[in-house]
Amino acid sequence: MMNSIILNTTARLLLPWLLLLSLVILYRGHNLPGGGFIGGLAAASGFILYVLGPGIDKARQVLKIHPETLIGLGLLISMGSGLLGIIAGKSYMAGLWMTGFTLPLLGKVHLGTPLLFDIGVYLAVAGFTLLTLFALAEIKE
Amino acid sequence: MNTLTCILFILLLAGIAPQLQKLFGNKTGWVLAIGPILCFAWFLKLLPTISSGTAIEQSIDWFPQLGVALSFYVDGLSLLMALLISGIGSFILIYANGYLQGHPLQGKFYSYLMLFTASMLGIVTADNLIALFVFWELTSISSYLLIGFYHESGESRRKALQALLVTGFGGVALMAGFILLGLASESWSISELLNSDFSASNHTLYPAILTLILLGAFTKSAQWPFHFWLPNAMAAPAPVSAFLHSATMVKAGVFLLARLNPVLSDTLAWTLALTSFGLVTMLVGSINGLLQTDLKKILAYTTLSVLGILVMLLGLGTDLALKSCMVFLVGHALYKATLFMCAGSVDHETGVRDVTIVSGLRFAMPFTALAAGLAAFSKAGFPPFFGFLGKEYVYKTGMYLEDYSHIILGIAIVTNILLMALALKAGIHPFWGKENAKALPKNPHEAPLSMYIGPIILALTGLLFGLFPGSIVTPLISPAVHAVAGHPVEFTLAIWHGFNLPLLFSALTLIGGLVLYALRHRIWKITSTLSLNKWTFDNLYMGLFNGFVSVSKWQTQILQSGSLRRYLLIIFSTSGFLLAYKLSLFDGLPRQLDLFEARLLDWATVLFILGGICMIVKTHSRMTALLSLGLVGFGIAMVFILYGAPDLAITQILVETLIVVLFMLVIYRLPAFRDLSSNKTKFFDGIFAGTVGAIITLLVIKAQNLEIAPTVSGQFGEWSYTLAKGKNVVNVILVDFRALDTLGEITVLAIAGVGVFTLIRGQFTKKRKTK
Repeated sequence: MMNSIILNTTARLLLPWLLLLSLVILYRGHNLPGGGFIGGLAAASGFILYVLGPGIDKARQVLKIHPETLIGLGLLISMGSGLLGIIAGKSYMAGLWMTGFTLPLLGKVHLGTPLLFDIGVYLAVAGFTLLTLFALAEIKE
Repeated sequence: MNTLTCILFILLLAGIAPQLQKLFGNKTGWVLAIGPILCFAWFLKLLPTISSGTAIEQSIDWFPQLGVALSFYVDGLSLLMALLISGIGSFILIYANGYLQGHPLQGKFYSYLMLFTASMLGIVTADNLIALFVFWELTSISSYLLIGFYHESGESRRKALQALLVTGFGGVALMAGFILLGLASESWSISELLNSDFSASNHTLYPAILTLILLGAFTKSAQWPFHFWLPNAMAAPAPVSAFLHSATMVKAGVFLLARLNPVLSDTLAWTLALTSFGLVTMLVGSINGLLQTDLKKILAYTTLSVLGILVMLLGLGTDLALKSCMVFLVGHALYKATLFMCAGSVDHETGVRDVTIVSGLRFAMPFTALAAGLAAFSKAGFPPFFGFLGKEYVYKTGMYLEDYSHIILGIAIVTNILLMALALKAGIHPFWGKENAKALPKNPHEAPLSMYIGPIILALTGLLFGLFPGSIVTPLISPAVHAVAGHPVEFTLAIWHGFNLPLLFSALTLIGGLVLYALRHRIWKITSTLSLNKWTFDNLYMGLFNGFVSVSKWQTQILQSGSLRRYLLIIFSTSGFLLAYKLSLFDGLPRQLDLFEARLLDWATVLFILGGICMIVKTHSRMTALLSLGLVGFGIAMVFILYGAPDLAITQILVETLIVVLFMLVIYRLPAFRDLSSNKTKFFDGIFAGTVGAIITLLVIKAQNLEIAPTVSGQFGEWSYTLAKGKNVVNVILVDFRALDTLGEITVLAIAGVGVFTLIRGQFTKKRKTK
């Protein structure tokens, strides 16, 4: 789109960090401000920079999979996380938790189906935003 | 094995049928038939248990809070129907293997067919009213897919939609009827209804229950005046017609009436409604059939006529009538499936199905001719075929009636004469008439094995049933009659009852039918000159349909004019009015606000937002307006921060940023900004916006000191950590407490995404094409 070396380079350099940040936001959401919805938006904003700088074709190359697939995957994961409750003999969407363990950097880790559900939300929201973004960016005269 | 696994097994096969098609190629139908055959075997194994009077029950909780369970109840009636469905269903699958050989969508066809079979099995075995309704609707949907299978043809799509709308309309009525019945009886379980001494007829809701349930059953079973969709459903491929007309779909309505017979039938209204609609349908069907020359149409109208007979018998409701109903139902299922499959074979191998052209195929298609001949004799009611028995019982029922015996007997005889002539026309004439091979578009030859094995077996079964009614058929039918009547009915079927009045009537019918058949060429000559297509119910339906379409077009054009200004006006005035109305219902003005409670930072934020709004209103540049809108959004994020909602604030900031960027991508494609509104409209818009804004403000202030229900926020805060192990309440609510809502929201998001995508893509490709 715009041919600016500064923007191009910034977008390239920032994308991995923005994606990492979005994952952090996703993960911390359970105890601190954040979560799948915000994380998904943050991930998408990384690609916005990429579309504005290096361009839509490059952005698609970096993303590798279609945004539609992201949406589908997100819905599948969210719905699937609810099914785990049924398999465990409880009701649909009942929360299941693993016993906590400690990891370097992350500290005490407590994994459960709500996090899985939130990952689905993250993917669906990111997919939706990217789908809209790409579609709008690809309008030609 | 149990009923549920039976249904699930067939559903599973439905799901993987297209894959199996790739694996087994042109033998898939034979492989898939294993499903219904296994079910048939399992149901047959239940026969001794069920004959002894016990019913098989199974129940799985579905919505226990609402009393809805996925429960099954197999008694004599269910068993008889399930045997017919699974037995005939397996032959239909084999037949479809040959009939649609080489069709690119054959795998999908199997899927639809299996889905349909599974939902039919569900209807006849369901114990819960709601579960029955769900299966009922599933048959409507799958039959829509089946009837419209040749979807390239507009006419075929129209007819499929017609069947869906007519039966769907009945379905809605049925649902309401079921709910009322459930409320009246305080139980959703059919077996409880049948086994308790509850009788709906004393209940105040009875007229409504009866009307609604009859609407559902009559539309499904194509009773006059809803009969028109059934002949139109002939647009379907032959295997579908054979299945729909013999053991399924239309029989679902009859089954429902039979199922609820013990609960609903002890009133005059029931008797009158069923007998009168049944009698009219009988006559309308058989007379219309006489005027047809299309092989499948002839058969379709005879189905109508038979459905009329069955409904009438249920309406009469004597033990004898119920017995006749079951005998007739079984006989009809056997010969009608055969005749439809044979008609399909004729169509398939010769390219036509007009009886004025198709004739004398006995040497070209010997096996099909044999099957069709046997079935036609059964349908015509020649002894010793099973159809003879059915007809005898109908006459017997008519004779032993206390009232109106003569009228009913008379109509039954006329209908049976017509039916017999039609049977010969559809099953004998194409094969045994004068040879006419030159007029056919294709050189006729025998159909493949897959297409005559089913008809032959079914036709022979009809003969076998007629030869040994006492030892083979009685054990099958007597538990069913027991279930329909609600009390044990002792009987043994026999084909020979000595010289009596029914036999005389039968002889009369045979003579009448043969005479009509001999005159067939003259009748066709007369009917070819008549124009019958003017005053039909089909046209009435189309009129209604087009009326609906034009009304919705008209109101859509008013509400969705395409002007954004109009849209906003409608949306905001509606919501503003509703809010104001609701607010006026709560008395008392909001408590006085102490504006000086606000901090300096609050004031600054408010000014910031107001400044943004002023900029938007005043500016003449889209870019400035957009950026100012962003400012307003950030101001609101600031409010969230000030009042301790960091999650909301982050979301707001991200959304605002994204919106501004996305807008940017589009905005420079728009034409230059022009101010087209007059000062008068601007003034009006200002007042309007101010009023709606004031209402919203009032609502917010009022909401502060209204307590409609106890608040949950405190509880959620506590549970968040103790139950859901999370410190961020907002997130815990989103992903745990109210996860189902969130799932709904992201689903909406996905649908909206697809909408945005197709909208923009569509526009984009259109532009490219015009270039």
